[in-house]
Amino acid sequence: MSARILALALALAALAAVPWWVPGDYYISVSSQILIYAVFALGLNVLVGYAGLVSLGHAGLFGVAAYATASALAAGFGHAGAILFALAATLAGTAVFAALALRAAGIVFLMITLALGQILWGLAYRWISITNGDNGVPVASRPAPLGFALDVPAHFYYATLAVFLLALASCYVFIHSPFGVSLKGTRDQPRRMNALGYHVWLIRFYTFLFSGFLTGVAGILFVYYTQFISPQTLALTSSAEVLLMVISGGTGTLLGPIAGAALVVIVKNIASAYIERWNMLLGVIFVAIVVFMPEGLVPGSVRLAQWALRAIRPAASARKAGTS
Amino acid sequence: MSALVIAGLDKSFGGLRVTSAVNLAVEPGERRLIIGPNGAGKTTLFNLIAGELKPDRGSISLFGRDLTRMASRRRAHMGLSRTYQIITLFPRDTLLHNVLLSLLGLSGWRWNPVMRLDRQRALVAAAEAALGRVGLAHLAARPLAETSYGERRRVEIAMALAQNPKLLLLDEPFAGLSVDERRDVQKLLGDIPRDVTIVMIEHDMDVALEFAERISVMHFGEVIVEGNRAEVVADPRVKEIYLGE
Repeated sequence: MSARILALALALAALAAVPWWVPGDYYISVSSQILIYAVFALGLNVLVGYAGLVSLGHAGLFGVAAYATASALAAGFGHAGAILFALAATLAGTAVFAALALRAAGIVFLMITLALGQILWGLAYRWISITNGDNGVPVASRPAPLGFALDVPAHFYYATLAVFLLALASCYVFIHSPFGVSLKGTRDQPRRMNALGYHVWLIRFYTFLFSGFLTGVAGILFVYYTQFISPQTLALTSSAEVLLMVISGGTGTLLGPIAGAALVVIVKNIASAYIERWNMLLGVIFVAIVVFMPEGLVPGSVRLAQWALRAIRPAASARKAGTS
Repeated sequence: MSALVIAGLDKSFGGLRVTSAVNLAVEPGERRLIIGPNGAGKTTLFNLIAGELKPDRGSISLFGRDLTRMASRRRAHMGLSRTYQIITLFPRDTLLHNVLLSLLGLSGWRWNPVMRLDRQRALVAAAEAALGRVGLAHLAARPLAETSYGERRRVEIAMALAQNPKLLLLDEPFAGLSVDERRDVQKLLGDIPRDVTIVMIEHDMDVALEFAERISVMHFGEVIVEGNRAEVVADPRVKEIYLGE
């Protein structure tokens, strides 16, 4: 337990010190981007990992939050007003998504979310009076809460880090709560859960709302990060990308989506400077993960580490096994 | 007032009538056995009572309250619990966690998204007590996947009893058990107090006939004979079904 707290403290210290140990503003911004996608992936993982419902439409919800923020700002709202409006709009959109998609589970659920995501992408593309079509909507400025100007990359990083830690903590609390435990039950044995007295549909609906809320938070961070939103962000490839983050990192784990987000963002932003075909590199990495760690990077690494420890110290682990 | 009243219950799957004009009245505290050859419609009848299937015609009531159109999950809150023929438990979780889920299903806590479930002392203690009742307290922390089939059968019963049901449906509780395990489960069922009404489907006649006061025999979706042990055993139609001609 104390080793765990130590590891947590070290990780927090490393995250807090990022502006000192990464070289330059560009890499600080990449770090912010990792955290933004980590929040997005955490939100999707609530649904994919704990509810067992795979969505391919989450980029649409991410986009609703981003467009709502940008449009509200363009309409003259303040930052706080725009953010609240965006969260409300995302929750409303999520409720519609959930009501339609939760008529089914499994592959049908996936297809419905895909279709809904495509509808939102189409709206972003064609509803020109609001979205400005292909040209997108710019965001003129970032907020400056309490005089802390987020235009400075390091400041923006800290704001993102704070939101990320809140999102992570809320996921931790959620999955250990009676509701979270019930949710995992509906993933493993929905019929049994129904017979035990649980309202499976409503449990999934509330979970979808929580997932959509986190996705909306990530979308707001994103639009402030890029200060621009265009239909590209809502495309199917974006939904697939964040799903790959969740799956490659490890579904149904807290750290998996974060590792997956880091992997994808790093390859995209850093490896792409050296390798022209970085997409192919990402593909090779995904294949390697599926072959060697089908359960995902985080649980897979834990398994390999335990295996390596046993290989190095066979005598010690044999003693340990004997006592347990 | 009867514990369970079923009147004129019909259910067809396409052209196949799996339940045909079934009438059944079970008194409070009674132990009722339902027997019949494979495919007689026994488990379908359970699925209808528990609400996992909707009947085409007829009605079901529990202590005078009509359940016919009620959702399955609400029947659990009305005091109806069941076990399954094919075990549907949570294999990755511990025995304690399995029973905890059963308790949580009827508790208002189940909607709480911020407390820690494993700190809910009263629920955990109740789950431990339910496991103790079936003699599995010492295995509480073991993952279900690492337990034997007989132990899982007892977890099923612990989960049903943990809900403190008024009516308990047992679907082949002795299936696949060894002689010793069978004796354990028999004792366990014998110890259930009389404020729980029990309807059981079972093929093992020796243990089942000893357990039940009244027996309903089903054949091709119909209840063809009902009575006490001696009446049923003596009935020529029962002999015909089980022994042929």
